[in-house]
Amino acid sequence: MKSPARRTSYGAEGAPYAHPSPTTTLRRARSAPYLFLVPAAVLFLLFFALPIGYAVWLSFRKVRVSGLGLGSGAREEVWAGLENYTGALSDSELLSGALRVLGYGCIVVPVMLGLALLFALMLDSERVRLAPFTRLAIFLPYAVPGVVAALLWGFLYLPDVSPFFYVLDGLGLPQPDLLDGGPLYLALSNIAVWGGTGFNMIVIYTALRAIPAEVYEAAKLDGATPLQIALRIKIPMVAPSLVLTFFFSIIATLQVFNEPTTLKPLTNSVATTWSPLMKVYQDAFGKGDIHAAAAQATLIALATLVLSFGFLRAANRRTKQEAAR
Amino acid sequence: MPYTKRRRLVSSAVAVTLGATAIAACGSSSDDGEARSGPVSLTYWTWTPGMDKVVDLWNKGPGKKEQITVTVKKQASGDTLVTKILTAHKAGKAPDLVQAEYQALPTLVSNDALADIGDTVGGAKSKFAEGVWQQTTLGTDAVYAVPQDIGPMMFYYREDLFKEYGLTVPATWDEFAETARKLKKAAPDKDLTTFSANDSGLFAGLAQQAGARWWTTSGDKWKVGINDAATKKVADFWGGLVEEGAVDNQPMYTPAWNKALNTGKQIAWVSAVWAPGTLTTAAPGTKGKWAMAPLPQWNEGESSTGSWGGSSTAVTTDSRNKEAAAKFAAWLNTDGEALNALAKEGGIYPASTSAQLSGAFTSPPEYFSNQPDFYKKAAGIAETTAPSAWGPNVNVAYTSFKDAFGAAAKNKSDFTAALDTMQEDTVADLEKQGFGVAE
Repeated sequence: MKSPARRTSYGAEGAPYAHPSPTTTLRRARSAPYLFLVPAAVLFLLFFALPIGYAVWLSFRKVRVSGLGLGSGAREEVWAGLENYTGALSDSELLSGALRVLGYGCIVVPVMLGLALLFALMLDSERVRLAPFTRLAIFLPYAVPGVVAALLWGFLYLPDVSPFFYVLDGLGLPQPDLLDGGPLYLALSNIAVWGGTGFNMIVIYTALRAIPAEVYEAAKLDGATPLQIALRIKIPMVAPSLVLTFFFSIIATLQVFNEPTTLKPLTNSVATTWSPLMKVYQDAFGKGDIHAAAAQATLIALATLVLSFGFLRAANRRTKQEAAR
Repeated sequence: MPYTKRRRLVSSAVAVTLGATAIAACGSSSDDGEARSGPVSLTYWTWTPGMDKVVDLWNKGPGKKEQITVTVKKQASGDTLVTKILTAHKAGKAPDLVQAEYQALPTLVSNDALADIGDTVGGAKSKFAEGVWQQTTLGTDAVYAVPQDIGPMMFYYREDLFKEYGLTVPATWDEFAETARKLKKAAPDKDLTTFSANDSGLFAGLAQQAGARWWTTSGDKWKVGINDAATKKVADFWGGLVEEGAVDNQPMYTPAWNKALNTGKQIAWVSAVWAPGTLTTAAPGTKGKWAMAPLPQWNEGESSTGSWGGSSTAVTTDSRNKEAAAKFAAWLNTDGEALNALAKEGGIYPASTSAQLSGAFTSPPEYFSNQPDFYKKAAGIAETTAPSAWGPNVNVAYTSFKDAFGAAAKNKSDFTAALDTMQEDTVADLEKQGFGVAE
C-alpha cells in the first residue's frame, strides 16, 4: 500500500499530479514497449507457443489399454517418456518416407528454381514482348490449389483417361506408366514444379528489377554481352533472392502432403505413409494414435528447422566470405 | 473420477456465465444420463444423404408425442467420422447419436464412447438377422447400436458381354478363375475384374465369406486371425489371378476404373447390394446391361456371402438423454415408415429383414430394371451372410491392407506375405496399446 501514502504526501505539497517524479516517468517509459508488446505476445502464446507446447506434451504421453479394452476405465493416458520418439526414430516407414521425400526434393528444387531463374532472366531481358501477359501466365498455376492441381495432373497421368496417352497410342509410341517406380517421382515433381515455378519466378524477377540501371550501363560500356550480363551481374546480384527461394522450397518439400495424398487413390504405388507428413496424418487419424503422431511431428519440425536454418547460415557465411574477398 | 467432476463443474460454470436459463438442468443431470422430464433435444451425426427428411418424420410424428426432437448434423463418412467422434468424446462433447459402421463399433466401445442401450432396444433383436445383430453386441450382454443398413456381397456382371464371349456365371471361385482365363484368351485386352487394394472392406468381406474370423476373444485377450487358413485361401486365390494376369491389379473408384466399366474393358465386379448406386454414376452408359448373381462359393452347393459396408445407429456415453436417444435409434431402424423413407431418401439397404421386401424394395433399382426380382434375390442372399468378427483396431488392419496389398498387387508378388504383414501390424498395434493379446 505505497501509492496512497505517496499521494497524500503529494497532496501535502500542494501539487498532487502535475509534476510526477522523474522515476515514475522513467518507469512509464521503460514499461511502454512491453505494453505495446502485450497483444503480440498474447497472440503468440495463445496461437503458437501453446499449441506447440501441447503437441510436445502429447508426444511424451501414451494411451494404455488393459485386457480386452471394452467398457469404461479400460483406457488411461500415462507418461511415456521418450518411448514415442524412440518408436518414431526406429520406424523404418518414417525413414523410408524421408528418403522418398529427399529423392523428390532432389528433382523439384533444382528444376523449379532453375526454371524460375531462367524465366525471370528472360522476362527481364530487353527484347521481351508481351512481358506482363507471360509473367501472369507463368504465375497463374500458383493460384491453383495444390489438391486441384494434383487432381488435374492425376487425370492426365492415368492412361485410360489421359489425352496425352491417347495421342501416344495414336502415334504408336510406348506409353510409360507414370504412376509407378521412378516415373512416379517425376510425376509428383512435375505437379510441384508446375505450381511453384511462378511464385519463385516473381520473387527473383522483383529482385532483378531492383538492380540499378547504371550497373548495366557500365557493363555495356565495358562490352559485356547480354549473356555475360546475366551470368556475371544479374545472377550474383539476385543471389539473396535465390537463397530465399531455396529456403522456401526446402520447407515446402519437407512438407509435401497434398500431391501424394491426392494421387494415392489412383495408384497402388503411393502408400498411405509415402511422405513423413502422410505418416503423421495416418497415425493421428487412421490409427488414432495422436501421441506417436505428435512425436513424429515434433521430429519433422526439428529436422525442418535444422535443415532450413542450417542452409541459411551456410549461405550467409558464403556471402560474408565473398564480401571479405 | 475427479477429472469428470472437475470438467462438469467447469462446463456448468460456463453454462451459467453464458446465461443458460435452466440451472436445474445442469444440476439434475446425473452420470448415467437418465431421462429428464420435459422436452429433450438430441443431436445426430450421420452421413446418410437425406437423413434430415427422415428425421423430420420423427420430429413431426412419434418425436412430437414424446417431446424428443432430433437435429441432424451431416458428416463425412466412415473412418473420418470415427476419428471425429473419438475427438469429441475426449472433450466430453460427442453428440447424442452417431452413425457407425459395424467394424468401427469395437473401436468406439473400447474408447468408452458408446453406451449400452440394451434395455431400450433389446426388444428389436428379432427384427434383424442374427449375424447382423451380433455385430452390435460384440459378443457381450450389452447392445451398443441398432443395425441400420447392411451390404451383403454379390457378383455383378455384364450380361450381354458374358453371352458374347460364351461365358457362364461362375458358381464357385474355381469357375470364377476359369471364367477370367477364358475371357483373357478370347479378348486379351479385357479383364473379368480387378483386384483393388484401395478398399479393405472388399477383402474383409471376401475373407468373411470364406469363414475367416479376424478378431476373437478368449478370456480377456484378443486373438487376431487375419492370416488364418480361410483368409490365406482368399489371398492366394486373388494373388494367383493377379500374378498370371487373369485379372487386372489397378484400384477401383478411379477415373480409369469408371471408364473400364463403362466401356466394357472390365465386365464383372464383385460388389455388394449397394452396387447399383455406384454403377449408376461410374458406368451410366451400360445401364440395363448388367445382372446380379450370388457370390461364387468356395465349395459347390454352399451358399454363403460376406458383407461389405453397412452401418448402425449408436448412442454415445456423452449423451444426457440416452434412453430418448435409444428410442429414436430403435424407431429409425425398425419402423416401416422410417425405413421406407431411409430407402427412398438415403438409398440404403435396410438391415431390418421385414423391410428388405417391402415398400421401396418391391421393384428393382432403376439401373437393374432388366432384373425384376433384384431385391427378392438380394434378400435371399442377405440371409446367407456369414458371421463377422471385428476387433478394436480394424482401422490399423485396414490401413496395413491398403499398403501391403497395394504393393503386392503392383509387383504381382506373394499375397500371403502381404497378409502376414497385415497380421503382424495388427498384433503389434494391439500389443503397443496394451491390449491383452493371445498368441
